[in-house]
Amino acid sequence: MSAAEPLLRVEDLRVEFPSEDGVVHAVDGITYQVFAGRTLGIVGESGSGKTVSSLTALGLTRRQGARISGRILFDGKDLLTLPEDKMRAVRGNDIAMIFQDPLSSLHPLYKVGRQLTEAVRAHRDVSKAVARARAVELLGLVGIPDPARRVDQYPHEFSGGMRQRVMIAMALANEPKLLFADEPTTALDVTVQAQILALMERLQQELGMAIVMITHDLGVVAEMADDIAVMYAGRIVETASAAQLFAAPEHPYTWGLLKSIPRLDAPRDEDLVPIPGTPPSLINPPSGCHFHPRCPYSQPDHERIDPVLEPVPGEPQHHVACLLESGVRRSLWAQLREGSTPQEALAAVGAGEPAA
Amino acid sequence: MLRYIIRRLLIGVLILVIVCALTFVFFRVLPTGNPALLRAGRDPQPKLIKEIEGVLGLNKPLIVQFWDYMKAFFLHLNLGYSYYSQESVKALITERLPATLSLTGGAAVLWVLGGLSVGIISALRRHTVVDRLSMGTALLLLSVPEFWLGFVMLLLFANDIGKLKILPGAGSYVGLTYDPWKWFTSLIMPWIVLASGGAAVYARLMRSSLSEMMREDYIRTARAKGLRERLVVRQGVRSAINPIVTLLGLEIGVLLGGAILVETVFNIPGIGVENFKAIQSSDFPVVQGTVLLASAFIIVANIVVDIAYAYLDPRVRYS
Repeated sequence: MSAAEPLLRVEDLRVEFPSEDGVVHAVDGITYQVFAGRTLGIVGESGSGKTVSSLTALGLTRRQGARISGRILFDGKDLLTLPEDKMRAVRGNDIAMIFQDPLSSLHPLYKVGRQLTEAVRAHRDVSKAVARARAVELLGLVGIPDPARRVDQYPHEFSGGMRQRVMIAMALANEPKLLFADEPTTALDVTVQAQILALMERLQQELGMAIVMITHDLGVVAEMADDIAVMYAGRIVETASAAQLFAAPEHPYTWGLLKSIPRLDAPRDEDLVPIPGTPPSLINPPSGCHFHPRCPYSQPDHERIDPVLEPVPGEPQHHVACLLESGVRRSLWAQLREGSTPQEALAAVGAGEPAA
Repeated sequence: MLRYIIRRLLIGVLILVIVCALTFVFFRVLPTGNPALLRAGRDPQPKLIKEIEGVLGLNKPLIVQFWDYMKAFFLHLNLGYSYYSQESVKALITERLPATLSLTGGAAVLWVLGGLSVGIISALRRHTVVDRLSMGTALLLLSVPEFWLGFVMLLLFANDIGKLKILPGAGSYVGLTYDPWKWFTSLIMPWIVLASGGAAVYARLMRSSLSEMMREDYIRTARAKGLRERLVVRQGVRSAINPIVTLLGLEIGVLLGGAILVETVFNIPGIGVENFKAIQSSDFPVVQGTVLLASAFIIVANIVVDIAYAYLDPRVRYS
């Protein structure tokens, strides 16, 4: 990793929404950084705070009455203290975002061209004709055939994959330095997913922007990400380079995610193992380690002790928030990787387990 | 599209015939009194009544009367003659149409613009004093009868009986071509009264429609692009207007019904007043003519609204 300053550095970000049932702790003190030209994958189930943290970086949670603390440093400025008009100048210009569902994210009553030109004209003082030429150019850039004709069509005249290309074109309108991609392929067919990911990689290389890829799909980040942060219940529970994370994952939740996706190199009869239980309440999160109610390896005192994100011994760039001892974690993952169930792994490793 | 319009127009003509037939039947079935009897003076001889019935064509079978009427209407656009003044109904309507069009047209503009702008402001300032005040006023305007509101306005603002003598009162209407300024000022109160109920409905509809649209994903996209909030709101309004425009066609009927009352209260010589008088005096041709005109108006308004909808929402295509 380069020693240069990160393009984006999020420090101890907390986002809370007051609601009728209590305060929702959507993001509960997360820290991460993204370097220019690189891709960070943020992985987690729905409700883990991954979308809220990126909307907050764009200043889009302010008007929802969110209570926000921490710092979001971008290009040396703290975005959280930026007044709304300055923040507006950053949105869609320095930082852009694409969303999960391209159909509902495009205005159904405006032509695609208009939606592109307004993105250009929001930040650039150019004539309509220039903006339109740029819109056609952008559609071509994202691989839409016959862009000069398509620019005058409505979103409903595009297929799902083509719509997501339009969204990407819109996000790229002002050549942002940073792109948040929130589940950009989730609503698409598998074959189209691969095309969109390839397109994003190509554009990243051409334009040199940094990407924060938000997804629940480890398969997506495996292809795209340089670094990965795994989120659970509003916190980052593990962060590492993509290579490290896939080679030696440390957190039981990450194991669960890895074991719940099918692999081509695994035996065909190997069962997928879902993570038991449901995502926790963000109003009353579980005590101690937030993952303990769903963790097969949880010890009694994990209900009381709140783990902190610490470096993994011997891997300075790899951090994990887990109360299990490092040696135990490695033994457990070794068992799981061989195809053991959590129970089998626990039994095999059990002897060496330290007393709680 | 053209085929669609032609089909809608043909259906519209069919509806007009049905409306005509219903008016015919209602008028004869309901105990409004025999027009011949009403015209024959005191203690008429049965022979005289028969004679008058013959002159008015009332002695023919109902179906024949209906056929004659339809024939005159569709072939010559002839709506018959008033039982009382012998005046041509067509001429009567033509003479009184400008006043009614002035009243309803201006009220419709006020209704839509007033309702929508109050609704937009309320939606964007939800749960504030402004919102509560506008929605409370809307509920009040919805609840009070138009004639009551009309009298209250006259008592408050009319330059003859009002507390603040700032606006021309009842009976001050003059034609637009006669004196545009007087025309305008004399219609201010009638416009407000006629528009109030509809504007209140529209304000409430717009508030809920826009509040809903502002939560759409594409509004989030618009903000993420860094658009100014004014432009973001415009995108929401653009979507929110669609479902409301559809209602406009239906509301024309409400507007015409209200015009009868407002014309009466403000003594505006329009079709509404004429229709009211004709019903009271069993002047069937006049009733029939005004009812037909109103129906045609509503039918055409609905076709226009449906066609406009295809332009407002590119996803809608008629075939």
